[in-house]
Amino acid sequence: MPQGDHIDLARKRHGYRPDYFERKRKKDAREVHKRAAFAQKALGIKGKMFAKKRYAEKAIMKKTLAMHSERTNRHKADDQVQEGAVPSYLLDREQTARAKVLSNTIKQKRKEKAGKWEVPLPKVRPIAEDEMFRVLRTGKRKTKQWKRLVTKVTFVGPGFTRKPPKYERFIRPMGLRFTKAHVTHPELKCTFNLEIIGVKKNPNGPMYTSMGVITKGTVIEVNVSELGLVTPAGKVVWGKYAQVTNNPENDGCINGVLLV
Amino acid sequence: MASITVASPANNIICFLADAEGRVLGPPLDLPQDAGPKELQLLLNTILQTEEKLPFAFYINDKELSSSLGAHLLQNKVSVEQILQIVYQPQAVFRIKPVTRCSATIAGHAEAVLSVAFSPDSRQLASGSGDTTVRFWDIYTQTPLFTCYGHKNWVLCIAWSPDCKQLVSGSKDGELRMWDPTTGKAVGNPLTGHRKWITGVAWEPAHLQVPCRRFASASKDGDVRIWDTVLQKSVLCLSGHTLAVTCVKWSGDGFIFSGSQDCTIKVWETTQGKLIRELKGHGHWVNTLALSTEYVLRTGPFDHTGKQYSSSEEMKKAALVRYTAAKHDSPERLVSGSDDFTMFLWEPATGKHSKARMTGHQQLVNHVYFSPDGRWVASASFDKSVKLWDGYSGKFITTFRGHVGPVYQISWSADSRLLVSGSKDSTMKMWDMKTLKLREDLPGHADEVFAVDWSPDGEKVASGGKDRVLKLWMS
Repeated sequence: MPQGDHIDLARKRHGYRPDYFERKRKKDAREVHKRAAFAQKALGIKGKMFAKKRYAEKAIMKKTLAMHSERTNRHKADDQVQEGAVPSYLLDREQTARAKVLSNTIKQKRKEKAGKWEVPLPKVRPIAEDEMFRVLRTGKRKTKQWKRLVTKVTFVGPGFTRKPPKYERFIRPMGLRFTKAHVTHPELKCTFNLEIIGVKKNPNGPMYTSMGVITKGTVIEVNVSELGLVTPAGKVVWGKYAQVTNNPENDGCINGVLLV
Repeated sequence: MASITVASPANNIICFLADAEGRVLGPPLDLPQDAGPKELQLLLNTILQTEEKLPFAFYINDKELSSSLGAHLLQNKVSVEQILQIVYQPQAVFRIKPVTRCSATIAGHAEAVLSVAFSPDSRQLASGSGDTTVRFWDIYTQTPLFTCYGHKNWVLCIAWSPDCKQLVSGSKDGELRMWDPTTGKAVGNPLTGHRKWITGVAWEPAHLQVPCRRFASASKDGDVRIWDTVLQKSVLCLSGHTLAVTCVKWSGDGFIFSGSQDCTIKVWETTQGKLIRELKGHGHWVNTLALSTEYVLRTGPFDHTGKQYSSSEEMKKAALVRYTAAKHDSPERLVSGSDDFTMFLWEPATGKHSKARMTGHQQLVNHVYFSPDGRWVASASFDKSVKLWDGYSGKFITTFRGHVGPVYQISWSADSRLLVSGSKDSTMKMWDMKTLKLREDLPGHADEVFAVDWSPDGEKVASGGKDRVLKLWMS
């Protein structure tokens, strides 16, 4: 048995002393006065430290008292008029925030003509030709080296037919052809799986644009008819531009951000 | 009997004429093959001995007769062995011109416009908005008239009394206030009693009482209260619904119909506030109700001629005449649209079982509206379509597709030939009943369109929405 447990052992064996509770009560009552006397008499660093501790205790005590008295307080009814008024048939329904009416299509057309857009990724790493293409050796002795295999993801339209294989210089493998892109709307913050209509501009060069190569930073046109967007004139919008934000050849999917 | 020249005597068709309810008009007739709708109209007018030449539309097996009888039968491969039944439907004598352009965009509200209503005589326009005001607008100069302050929260519903003398508005904190449309000032104190927001207001029809005194209000707290405007307090409280009451209608027979989120519709009588019937059947919230005589009850004694009345007795008599003409001696029909994607057709006076179940929508039905002559019911749903159903049997007729967002509200023109619908995609579209196709596109709103109303004289359409402006459309 440890040394200091003789008090507890005595209590277990014989119970509390008869005057124990009264003496405890009185001692605790005297504590308050003792503390106050110490607070008044203590000087120097001791006094300062004690004063700091006491101040923190007082602050907490005041807060709990205020919280208890809240019960009896009466507050004015909260009359705040909320924003976002909806009619009565929409009141009990949660509605997802929808895309607002489009930004000006005329501005977009002008930018299109100039070839400049405000895009989320203005600069991308330039891709060298030997990274983009792999040389394919053909011929009976495998000496001809004029064919190239595209190593990046491409988009070919629905009516695409290959050139006769003997004359095909650039081969776009079927495994790297994609038709859909996961496009995120920047304001709604939700992603849709939309069909690609075409490749608008590849920052690495016009040759890649015409071939339909999709790399990071490419601007593509996607079919947004499922979003239900309408122009101010009342026409339904079905195509919008998006910029690719990942490296599709590494991920196996095309992720992009819608350009609004 | 008007004489009709017979082209080929060998190819006559035996048929008999019947009205929409199936009652046969006279003995079977022997008509020539080339008789078309015009000749049939002439014939019908003489049989019915009407003074003016009333226009009619004819249907064989629910298909409208547009060409000559022979051509129609060949096209639709109807056999000529049996006696043909031609159903005739009276059409409105006046013809409303379709609205094509936005004549005015009036700004004024500081928050979204939540409800828009023309007065029954079409001379005044009022709107309630999320900025807690009710505004009156001058239709002729297309400018604001009065702004009524007083409500402390969004003004959700407004309703004109059928005699055009008062306007009641209900707000999100459960208060109802009455306004005088001529001065724009509040009439009396606000009416309190409801504990949660007001979802609908319905006045007592004019043919039951003029000057209009009583109206009913439905609230989210599950009660329907009947208020008296003269006494300025609630005279009856109809409680019984366990969840919010979404819609309330006062019928011409003196009953009150209330549809609620607890999937039931309750029928109440108005003298003592007793529950008469409970119409069960829906699987989810009942969102909206429509009565076959709703348009006539809303417009009271006023019609397209624009006649003004001087005394209350005249108004009451005129309203009663219009009501009995619109009712055609058959009991009133009620259609309810619900969150369970279906609608039910009820005849509350005859029984508590539904007459027809109208399925077909792929999303919840937000608004149903009977055409002013009671022939058709149109339903607007969140599945971006508006469907048209037969008003007597509940059979599906056609779907109007074109919107790219949920359709919120619809409104009929007074001659029942045109329907306008407002949607979340910020456009409004006008549909034609003759061709059952899109007639006109009404774009122009910058954001969702919350409320649409066609004036009872057919001249203008007013619409308001989230972009805080009120648009007036004219032809």
